[in-house]
Amino acid sequence: MSEVIVRRQEGKTDGPKPGSPRDTWWSLKKKAFVVNKHAYVLMAPYMILFGMFTVLPVVMSLFISFTYFNMLEMPTFIGWQNYARLFLEDDIFLIAVKNTLLFAAITGPLSYVACFVFAWIINDMRPKVRAFMTLVFYAPSISGNIFFIWQMIFSGDRYGIANGFLIRWGIMLEPIQWLKTEIYILAIIILVQLWLSLGTGFLAFIAGLQTVDKTLYEAGAVDGIRNRWQELWYITLPSMRPQLMFGAVIQLTTSFAVADVSIQLAGFPSVNYAAETIVTHLMDFGTIRFEMGFASAIATVLFALMVGTNLIVQRLLRRVGQ
Amino acid sequence: MSVLNLSFRMRKKKVNRSLGGNLMMFLFLAVTGAFMALPLVYAINAAFKPLDEIFLFPPTLFVRNPTLDNFVDLAALLGNSWVPFSRYIFNTVFITAMGVVGHVLFASAAAYPLAKMKFPGKNLLFTIVVLALMFAPQVTAIPNYMIMSWIGFIDTYWAVIIPAFAFPLGLYLMKQFMEQIPDALIEAAKIDGASEYRIFWQVVMPNVKPAWLTLMILLFQILWGTEGNGFIYSEELKTLHFATNQIIQGGIARAGVGAAVALILMSVPITLFIFSQSRIIETMATSGMKD
Repeated sequence: MSEVIVRRQEGKTDGPKPGSPRDTWWSLKKKAFVVNKHAYVLMAPYMILFGMFTVLPVVMSLFISFTYFNMLEMPTFIGWQNYARLFLEDDIFLIAVKNTLLFAAITGPLSYVACFVFAWIINDMRPKVRAFMTLVFYAPSISGNIFFIWQMIFSGDRYGIANGFLIRWGIMLEPIQWLKTEIYILAIIILVQLWLSLGTGFLAFIAGLQTVDKTLYEAGAVDGIRNRWQELWYITLPSMRPQLMFGAVIQLTTSFAVADVSIQLAGFPSVNYAAETIVTHLMDFGTIRFEMGFASAIATVLFALMVGTNLIVQRLLRRVGQ
Repeated sequence: MSVLNLSFRMRKKKVNRSLGGNLMMFLFLAVTGAFMALPLVYAINAAFKPLDEIFLFPPTLFVRNPTLDNFVDLAALLGNSWVPFSRYIFNTVFITAMGVVGHVLFASAAAYPLAKMKFPGKNLLFTIVVLALMFAPQVTAIPNYMIMSWIGFIDTYWAVIIPAFAFPLGLYLMKQFMEQIPDALIEAAKIDGASEYRIFWQVVMPNVKPAWLTLMILLFQILWGTEGNGFIYSEELKTLHFATNQIIQGGIARAGVGAAVALILMSVPITLFIFSQSRIIETMATSGMKD
């Protein structure tokens, strides 16, 4: 603001010299650009690709969601029809939303708390043990897509591990078709999703706990902190709020994007759509039925759901320990 | 003196730890640790089980007569594949190596100005990158396919490699890590007459080695497990994970070979993590989001 005032005053006293270009909005922008040339040059390669493969697709998806588009003909504008169909006519989408919200509501908070609790317990251990336990908890999520192991565990015949042990212990008499029975499918996917969930957020928490200022604990003890729960709430959590917020973003985003586990374990489509999620529904319309407009509407709903929830949670986490 | 001081501090810290609490935590950790580790332990053991042990009833967790039969079977299966198996391995290694190197370079170059310079549009750009962390890549799958086909990337390695360069989490972590480099270091280099590019390459980059390693591991995980994201159709361009998935699709007949595949697939990233763990934790310490 002050800069503008200064410039105006200069203009008044000197007056524009004949022939010299005046400071228009564009020329100011251009000057700012030239001064910061290096910054823009360094960022350009990344930002161009980021714009092309992340920002542009989101914008395109929004536009396509208002059209009928089958990849062969030009898209035709149909207004809110895709959304109306999605929420009013598509029963399976409602199942998908229900399942996704269920997964997110269970695996999101649970995995978030698990990430923190494990990191917190591990943090008190000796460095060697801590490194080993970190590996044990992090190994499933780093191992790539090897959750097909769970297919062997929940295999429907009596050679499956779960069936085998349950029959041997006399809990049941006949093998259960775990992945083909509606009531078990959801529970199993949640279980596997939790198994996979101690990822980047978990590492961030471990790191965050190690950076908490140790003298704060001593000061806390002097100030009358009695037990480890008080220590946790009044010292540890507020000190690592930035990591808590970062971890929340990572855990929440993954918890809404359940698809691979569902497809690998329950099949695609799953029995009576019991494991249908918003992402698998999107894949159904996008890669099989080629109803790109409709699929984009699904993608837009998912985008709004993920970003909206994340922003709300960020707002809540700012209050931790206050 | 300092040793004494330290031991005093340790004892003091133990004061607000109760024995019951410690015992409960140990139990909790043991049970959950078993839940996390057992599937992997089972897969490792199953990979060495002979056929009659895999189909033993009741099933066993640990192998009794370890054998390499499953690996021999895997080799035989792969020897008969239409495209030589080494080609799948090459594809995955090529995609992973190119993607990881490109990502570290691009993300670091973009992170340096965001962390250490002031320019118009900085906050906006960073906010967009943070927003991009808040949705999963599946959201953009359809427009991405269209963009790939416009620029002719369909059915090439580039469709997987190039978008990996601009993976948002890497830029975010790198920027947060670079912020802790002392400004004095950069100022000193400026006074010595180094250009911004030289400062980036010779001052900043050597100081963020832990962050390189972290970006490498994170992207390695993603690319190592890629099946081509639906962009690669030619058999000779497909990835290791795609090939092994076909083997696993054989179901119960391939249970042993499937376990062998699992062992091979998971051993690479886990080994990498063991060697880089302390560096990754160091990077993650700066990962926090500020208000």
